[in-house]
Amino acid sequence: MINADLVMYEDEFEKIDGELKKLCQQANAKITFLVDKNGQLIASAGDTHDIDTTALASLTAGNIAATGGIARLLGEKEFSILFHEGEKDNIHISIIAQRVILVIIYDQRSSLGLVRLRVKKTSEILTGIFEDMIRKAEEEKDSGLNESPFAEISDEDIDNLFR
Amino acid sequence: MSFINYSSREINCKIVYYGPGLCGKTTNLQFIFKRTNPNQKGKLISLATETERTLFFDFLPLALGDIKGFKVRFHLYTVPGQVFYAASRKLILKGVDGVVFVSDSQIERMEANIESLEDLKINLAEQGYDLDRLPFIIQHNKRDLPNVAPISEMNNILNTNGVPWFEAIATQGTGVFETLKNIGKQVLIELKKSY
Ligand SMILES: Nc1nc2c(ncn2[C@@H]2O[C@H](COP(=O)(O)OP(=O)(O)O)[C@@H](O)[C@H]2O)c(=O)[nH]1
Ligand SMILES: [Mg+2]
Repeated sequence: MINADLVMYEDEFEKIDGELKKLCQQANAKITFLVDKNGQLIASAGDTHDIDTTALASLTAGNIAATGGIARLLGEKEFSILFHEGEKDNIHISIIAQRVILVIIYDQRSSLGLVRLRVKKTSEILTGIFEDMIRKAEEEKDSGLNESPFAEISDEDIDNLFR
Repeated sequence: MSFINYSSREINCKIVYYGPGLCGKTTNLQFIFKRTNPNQKGKLISLATETERTLFFDFLPLALGDIKGFKVRFHLYTVPGQVFYAASRKLILKGVDGVVFVSDSQIERMEANIESLEDLKINLAEQGYDLDRLPFIIQHNKRDLPNVAPISEMNNILNTNGVPWFEAIATQGTGVFETLKNIGKQVLIELKKSY
């Protein structure tokens, strides 16, 4: 399950996007975003235009992977919450449904207590959404009903990409 | 384990450059970075030591274009080659869609190549992957140096399954894009098969 491909459709994306926006507002945060454990950005909300979110996503996943390595050395399964404190900005990172990473960046307009409280609520909702998504992807794959545009990729399409 | 987003119409694939320390993995990414249009690439992130040896990974996101209305993104990663970074090598293979094994053609590095290839197989197996079933190619690098093993010997020893291979001089860019194109194509073909 954890290793399944992640496929996200419009309505799921909207739900997730909505939750991230809500969290950003309610936690008084600057930015909230979700990353796949492999380092790929799933969605983001807030003031992201000055930030390289692709790089941020990859480094966050690297961070979680490294801490996961430390956890295993210590006999822990994983550290499900990470927190970094800076001079102005702070980052709160947590793992959802074992495979996605929720990140909140906030400054003095918020607090760790508030962020924690709001993250807890959002986590529960997001866990539900992702578990549904993973289950659905598995079912579709098994039933072979998945009508993907990729089945139609031609050699020419691929060649064109690499011209 | 690619990530397909039907909402933003994007598909992201992860390609890892693997190989012994100093074989030229980072140099491959640096050349690709230098030669792609600014609108196609993100920053090249290098988590390196002061002596520029890769500490954790290098990362380069590339957006090459569209297929069937989907934006195709390749996320290129390198692993640190040194023996003592075994733990971080494992982490980077998580969710990989394709692997490029970069070999160092210098005769005295053959042992290091063999060891690194073994290490790759073991680490992939630990994550539940089988190298024989993953998009995989080999790049024999540093072909410009005087003390290189003949290409036939490189392939006899390292490429026993006869996967696609390329000769390269990464510092000059020779073979770098050929390698990327080939692995990129294989990853997309695999994706087509699995959906
Ligand atoms: N002569 C030669 N040197 C190379 C070539 N590719 C890489 N190098 C050099 O080998 C050294 C190690 O390269 P690097 O990319 O950092 O290796 P990595 O450890 O695999 O990331 C650097 O000094 C490169 O300039 C090549 O094709 N020919
Ligand atoms: Mg390197």
